[in-house]
Amino acid sequence: MKKIWKAVFFVFMLLVLYLPILILAVYSFTDATTIGSIRGFSLQNYVTLFTTPELTSMILGTLFLAFGSAVIATILGTLGALGSFYSRERTKNFINTINQIPVINADVVTGFSLCVLMVVVMRISKDTFVPLVVGHVVLAAPFVYLNVSPKIRQMDPSMYEAALDLGATPWKALFQVVIPQIMPGIVSGFGLAITLSLDDYFIATYTKPAMFDTISTYVVNATRGSQTTIKTALWALSTVIFAVVILVVVIGNVNASRSEKRKEYANV
Amino acid sequence: MRIQRKNLGIPYVLFLLLFVVAPLAVLFYYAFTNGSGQFTLMNFVGFFSNPNTLGTLVYSFAIAAVTTFVCVLLAYPIAYILATSRIRAKSAVVMIFVLPMWINFSLRITALKEVLTFLEGNLAMHPFLNAVIGMTYDFLPFMILPIYTTISRLDASLLEAAADLGASPREAFLKVTLPLSMPGILSGVSMVFLPAMTNYVVLDMLYNSTYIMGSLIGSYFSAYNWHGGSMIALILLAIICLFTFLQGNTEESGANRGGALL
Repeated sequence: MKKIWKAVFFVFMLLVLYLPILILAVYSFTDATTIGSIRGFSLQNYVTLFTTPELTSMILGTLFLAFGSAVIATILGTLGALGSFYSRERTKNFINTINQIPVINADVVTGFSLCVLMVVVMRISKDTFVPLVVGHVVLAAPFVYLNVSPKIRQMDPSMYEAALDLGATPWKALFQVVIPQIMPGIVSGFGLAITLSLDDYFIATYTKPAMFDTISTYVVNATRGSQTTIKTALWALSTVIFAVVILVVVIGNVNASRSEKRKEYANV
Repeated sequence: MRIQRKNLGIPYVLFLLLFVVAPLAVLFYYAFTNGSGQFTLMNFVGFFSNPNTLGTLVYSFAIAAVTTFVCVLLAYPIAYILATSRIRAKSAVVMIFVLPMWINFSLRITALKEVLTFLEGNLAMHPFLNAVIGMTYDFLPFMILPIYTTISRLDASLLEAAADLGASPREAFLKVTLPLSMPGILSGVSMVFLPAMTNYVVLDMLYNSTYIMGSLIGSYFSAYNWHGGSMIALILLAIICLFTFLQGNTEESGANRGGALL
């Protein structure tokens, strides 16, 4: 009996979490403009999504920003984690503490403070994209740092020394010995940086150029307007993103279980 | 010549000083000055003597407290069932609960809005309820994950010991599992409470026009009032510091936010 209640609760919570997204997905394939009215099958929303310049440029811009800021954040965060690891205890603690600030701070505060610093004090125009990119790097780099640091701690320190003894230059040792060992942390940090940028609304609102929109800022503004073609095209966008996320997770899990199996075989 | 490996960190440290520390210093400066750059306590006094802004603070706390409570109430059983079940693909099931986090939050709230409109008709009729539903929907995974992690790490022999010493399963849960999962709950609370006080977009999108603390920053921003906005940001920072202080372990909370997303 208890087991049944557990299962019921579980399934109910999953339904609550997924039902809105799934309902939207179903309705994105109809020409309905509100949930509840049943209409015919239509791909119009997907046509609108991929042929309206305003929408396609907004999506591409978001992806570009996410990728670019993630690359910068990954480089900075990884270098920071390496430098911090080899620093004295006090310096290390100092970097760790400052690194936590953007992590626990509210995004509204981070975005607003960056806007005041860069736009009001330093007079950098938002149209240069500098405040926006810097904002997303501030958001993501600390998470790269947090993902890479444990990998550096787990690394075998004698490998680097051995590479030097065998005649490698320090740079070569860094790129061919250290970086490969901490690669899993770098990769997960990069993935996290992309997701954080894609999901961000607040930092973008306070730092973006007026004529540029990310998916978040665009959707939020669109819900205030009453353009139904755009509104239902966003249902299609939500469905596409949902499909991509599922695809990424499935591929990721298959790869993970494969490499685990490989490890098992290797152990045998 | 050997490179000093610790120097690799210099670019990142400079970056942090310039774009994390300096913005906070600028906030302090703007919060305690007026338009002509003179020191003033007006922004501070103004906030705490205006019934509207104080009302906003109270309303934010109310929304955040109810949202956090509902999240704990829903997340704890999910995390508990997940952590104690014997199913094999446990990480995959955890993944299913965390996966919605990957979809852009504004699109998730759009989906929720359509469903709530269908169920309720006019969303403006239940502003507080909708805000809590929206925020719970948005932040629930942040609560599930830390609690799940804490319960999974519990030493099973403690429960066996409790049973050996005559505790019923119910007693063992109340006296062993629940107290020991408090760190996870606290960490989840800090992940949910602050966003719930500041994420005014969820309210906006669900037609709740009442201000929360985040909306104040937004409206000062739209009015180019950097001094007023900085004061609100500082007050939020103070609340954040208080939370961090109460929670003690900050390293953990960062790992959780990351973990919830990846």
